[in-house]
Amino acid sequence: MTLLTRPVPARQLAGYWFILPCLTVTTLFFIVPLFMTIWMSFNHWPLLGHPEFSGLSNYVDLLQDSSFWASLWFTVKYTLVVTPAIFILAFALALLVHRSVGFVGFFRTAYFLPVVIGMTAASLLWTWMFNDQVGIFSAILMDLHLIDEPIQWLAETNSALGSIVVMVLWKATGFTMVILLVGMQAIPEDLYEAANLDGAGRVQQIRYITIPMMRRTFALALIMSVIGSFLAFEQFYVMTRGGPFNSTITVVHWIYRASFTYFKLGYGAAMSVVLLLILVALSVLQMYLLREDND
Amino acid sequence: MTNFVPIALEAPALSVEIASSSKVLKQRLVDTAYYVIATVLALMFLFPIFWSCMTALETSSEAMASPPHYWPSRFSLENFANLAHYGQGIGQYLWNSTAVALMTVSATAVLSTLGGYGFSRFRFPGRNLIFMLILSTLMIPFQSILNPLFILLRAMHLQDTKVGLALVYTTFQLPFSVFMMRNAFDAVPREIEEAAVLDGCRPLTMLRLVMLPLVGPGLVTVCLFAFFGSWNELLAALILISDARQFTLPVMLLNAQSGQLGAVNWGLMQAGITLSILPCAALFLLLQRYYIHGLVAGAVK
Repeated sequence: MTLLTRPVPARQLAGYWFILPCLTVTTLFFIVPLFMTIWMSFNHWPLLGHPEFSGLSNYVDLLQDSSFWASLWFTVKYTLVVTPAIFILAFALALLVHRSVGFVGFFRTAYFLPVVIGMTAASLLWTWMFNDQVGIFSAILMDLHLIDEPIQWLAETNSALGSIVVMVLWKATGFTMVILLVGMQAIPEDLYEAANLDGAGRVQQIRYITIPMMRRTFALALIMSVIGSFLAFEQFYVMTRGGPFNSTITVVHWIYRASFTYFKLGYGAAMSVVLLLILVALSVLQMYLLREDND
Repeated sequence: MTNFVPIALEAPALSVEIASSSKVLKQRLVDTAYYVIATVLALMFLFPIFWSCMTALETSSEAMASPPHYWPSRFSLENFANLAHYGQGIGQYLWNSTAVALMTVSATAVLSTLGGYGFSRFRFPGRNLIFMLILSTLMIPFQSILNPLFILLRAMHLQDTKVGLALVYTTFQLPFSVFMMRNAFDAVPREIEEAAVLDGCRPLTMLRLVMLPLVGPGLVTVCLFAFFGSWNELLAALILISDARQFTLPVMLLNAQSGQLGAVNWGLMQAGITLSILPCAALFLLLQRYYIHGLVAGAVK
């Protein structure tokens, strides 16, 4: 035991003063609102005027609200499309840049740079590139004579989802790439050397060394991507406004709309509770998957 | 641009054995293919940013041309000039975003340094419990507590204020930041403080004079994340700010795109997007080591 870890009450109790500010802020602006969300979900809570206790009625409404279930289903669909797409591209990029060859730092930086751009700026940028009148994509396809007239990428449900997935691939793949890169570089080099001596080719090495050794990293990258996708908001709010015909509304978008367009804060809170439970379940799954070493 | 992942593999050593010329040729082909693929991909990732910046520097009418020009006939600052007069003037929105970001960064830095030091160096009852409590808020999406935050800020008369928004952003940053700073303090050898304690140094003085320089890298990481989180955030800003004079950059950009239905000023939009991207890209390029460190530490906690 060192001088500092020996129980010296007065000195150790000073620790409370150090953590007090962050504990106060977290309590006031996170833990209190968390319980308020639950309380609000049992009330009819208009934007102005007085809230009124309503028991479970928000939850009953929720069960019958097809828009909510549609938004939940759309979010799941988006997650199921975007997660594997990001994962496969990120794994390919990680393989590409995990060796120290010349300019590899430039390549890594280029693939990662979109991650630090705000989702709103990125969405606005791509909305413009996807625009049928002034957008670059339609212009290029027209000039290559692949299409006869400009395409309204964001105006039809499936092409809108596809377009947004392309934008998110550009914006988010670098993040997953770095997570995978770290896992990839933690694999002991002598495994590859041994495989080399045994005459295993590059593809076999990836198949029998890289992939099995990275199971834990894969789990981490996938679950983080699922959590991120489930909370998607900006890209749809900016790029399609939820359209066409409300077919691209995500859960967070629907909560925002119910709360601040229709002014039903209590109902929004009830949906928030459902979202919260799903996300906590995903986090618990993450902890479970990463708890023991699966390697 | 440096390699940002600290554990980098050695470049594959050139084979010592005398390779046959066909082997050399094959290796060259593989190398060439590698660089062609990697470069094309890099250009694809960089293209949207380049394209937006270039359009921002076109004349206003050229930026709105349909179909778009591939190369501007001349460069101009017209779009930025238009942006200067848009709404309250871009200066106001830049100032709003900057002020909120600066307040978020400084509050996060101070609170997480104090908290991280407290959790790392003092053994008080309930220490682990309180730490877990703060950390567990990482599991709760902030999107699910925005309704009560709206009510709460209204009751505290902090609605429509930069201070209120900064406080909310600081709260969202705290679990990650306190976690980062506790680890940073844990990595500092205790012997350093013991000497200072024997010299009669008080805890706060010790933190400021002895410890702070040693946890600098962790602090830079925390500040970077706080900046990006605040500068780029949209949803909370949409909900908590309704006064147009207080709009942050993302909210203003969104309005510029959807405000005048049917007649979007695309050149002005690109100028705004460029201004929004620029500080993020610059900070990342300058400090990417710290950013990646935080990303990895946060992910592999």
